[in-house]
Amino acid sequence: MRLNKIFKNTLLVLAACLVLSACATKKEVATDIKGQMQGDVYTGTDTVEYLADGVPDRVFFATNESILTTASRETLRTQAAWLRKNPNINVVLEGHADERGTREYNLALGERRANAAKDYLMTYGISSDRITVLSYGKERPVDSGSNPLAWSKNRRSVTVKAN
Amino acid sequence: MTKKILILLFILIPIKANALIEVDITRGNLNPLPLAVSPLSIDEESRKGFEKILKKENIGSEISTIVENNLRTSGLFNPLDKKAFLQAPDIANLKPRFEDWNLIKAQALITGKVNYVDDKLRVEFRLWDVLAAKEMMALAFTTVPNNWRRVGHIISDKVYERLTGEKGYFDTRIIYVSEEGPKTQRIKKLAIMDQDGANNKFLTLGNELVLTPRFNPASQMVTYLSYFKNMPRVYLLDIETGTQEVVGDFPGMTFAPRFSPDGKKIIMSFAKDGKSDIYTMDLENRIVEKITNHPSIDTSPSYSPDGKYITFNSDRSGYQQIYVMKNDGSDVKRISFGNGLYGTPVWSPRGDLIAFTKLHKGKFYIGVMRTDGSGERLLTENYYQEAPSWSPNGRVLIFYRETKTNSKGEGFSAKLWSIDLTGYNERQIKTPTDASDPSWSSLLSN
Repeated sequence: MRLNKIFKNTLLVLAACLVLSACATKKEVATDIKGQMQGDVYTGTDTVEYLADGVPDRVFFATNESILTTASRETLRTQAAWLRKNPNINVVLEGHADERGTREYNLALGERRANAAKDYLMTYGISSDRITVLSYGKERPVDSGSNPLAWSKNRRSVTVKAN
Repeated sequence: MTKKILILLFILIPIKANALIEVDITRGNLNPLPLAVSPLSIDEESRKGFEKILKKENIGSEISTIVENNLRTSGLFNPLDKKAFLQAPDIANLKPRFEDWNLIKAQALITGKVNYVDDKLRVEFRLWDVLAAKEMMALAFTTVPNNWRRVGHIISDKVYERLTGEKGYFDTRIIYVSEEGPKTQRIKKLAIMDQDGANNKFLTLGNELVLTPRFNPASQMVTYLSYFKNMPRVYLLDIETGTQEVVGDFPGMTFAPRFSPDGKKIIMSFAKDGKSDIYTMDLENRIVEKITNHPSIDTSPSYSPDGKYITFNSDRSGYQQIYVMKNDGSDVKRISFGNGLYGTPVWSPRGDLIAFTKLHKGKFYIGVMRTDGSGERLLTENYYQEAPSWSPNGRVLIFYRETKTNSKGEGFSAKLWSIDLTGYNERQIKTPTDASDPSWSSLLSN
C-alpha cells in the first residue's frame, strides 16, 4: 500500500515535470527561431554531429542556393584540416534539399550543394579521390517539420566518413 | 504476370459513326450524362462455371460494376441506381423497352451477356441510345476468364469513345512509388496497379530508395531511379520478366528518366560537378548523346509526341523555368514567364499542351500551358503537389500531393490524385500505402 502511494506520488511529480519541461521547450523554440537562422540559413547546432572533437559534420544553405556562407567555409576548413591530419579517411558528401521543391530539381540541387562543399575542401588541399558526392534531394530530411526552421536544417551538405 | 493477353474483339453489327448522344469533354462537365448499366446477364450454367474458376458469385454483375465505376469516376457520366431498373438484364439485352429506361431518365443504356464457352469468357455488350430508341454499338469479346476485369475496362473504353468521340483510358495501369515509414526514413517501393486501383503489386522490396518510375509508351517497360548500392542511377525494368539493368555507364548520378515516344531512347539528366545536363541513350545501339551543355541545372526532360522537340526545366535564368528545344538540343527557348518557379514539364500525348508544377508564394499548383508558353491555366492549388502524368488520351492528369505536418512534425502523408484537364473532377486515387510519382501507361489494348 505504502509503496503504491510512493509510486503514485512519483508519477505525479514526473507528470508535473513533463508539463513544465514541455512549456519550457515551447518557449525556447518560439524565441530561438530568429537566433537559429540568419536570412534563411540555419545557424543552430541542434542537428550537427561531429566527425571528431571540434569538427562539425555539416554546412547549411539558403533556399534554392548552393553558395557557402562564411560559417560554412569555416566548418569546411576545419574538416579539411582534420582530413589532412587523417590521410587514410575518405568521405562522402551527402547533399540535401528541403521539401519545398520538385523531386528531380532537388536531386540536382543536392548534388550542386555537395559539390560546392567538395570544391572548397579541394582548395584546402583534399584530393578529389578521397571525396564522393551523393545527392539525396529531399528524400532524407533530418527534421520532419513543415516550417521555415525545419526546412533550413534540411538544406545541407553532410560530410560522412566512408571508411 | 501474363505475358500476352489475348482478347478477340469483333463487331457484331456494323454501325454508322453518327453519334446521337454526345458528351462534350472539352469543357467542365457539370451535368454528367445519366446512363443505365444493366448487369450483364448470365445463364445458370455459365454462372456456376465462372464461380468455380474465379470465386465470384456473379461475374456478369462484377464486370458491370467495373464499367459503372469507370464511367462514374470519369466525371462525364452518371450511372443510375440499379434498384430503379424496371427491365430484367437478359430481356433488356435482347430488346430494351425504351420507355422504361426513359422513365428513370437514362439517356444511354448498356446491356450485355456473359457466357462460359470452351473454358473461355465470352462477353457481348450493346450500347443503346434511349431517346432515339436505337442501338449505337454492339461488340463481343472472347478471352481467358482471368481477364474479366480487363473486359470491364475495355467495355468502358468503347462506351467512352462512342459517346465522347475520343479514346478512353480505362484499360491502363499506373506505376508509382509506394511509401511507408517516418518522413525522415521513408521506405519506398515500386508498385503497379490497374487504373482503378485493383491488382496492386509491389515490384521492389524496399531495400533501396527508388524514385520516378515511368512507362515506356510503346511497351510494358519501365525506367526509374534506384539508389542500389547507394549509387543513384537510372534503371530499366521489364515488368513482365522482372529483369533490370543500369542505363548507360555514367560516372555519377543519372536521374529524371523518361522514354522517347517510340520507346527506343531514354532521356535523362546526368549530374557532375554541380551541373546537370540532359542526355539520351539509344536502347538498341547504346549510343549516348549529350543534348544540353550549360553550367545550370537542366532536368525533367519530356519529349513531344512526335519526338521532334523536348521540354525541360532549367535554372539558367537564375530560377527554375520551363524551356523547349529541338530534339538535338538546338533552338532552346524559355516558355514560362509567369510569376513563380516552374518545374516538371510533361508534354501532352495530344501534343498541344505542356503540364507542369508551379511554385508561387508558398503554394504548389498543377497547371497546363500551350507549347509556346501561352494560355497558362492552373488546375489545382495545394500545400505541396507535383509530377503530373497524362492519361493516354490527354484528358486527365494524375499527380501526387503531400500534406503539411503539424508543429510536432507529425501527420505527413503522400497520396495520388487526378484531375480533368478542365480543372473539374479532382479526386484521390486509393492506394494500399502512401504513394507518389505516378506514371500512367498507354492503353493495353488498342
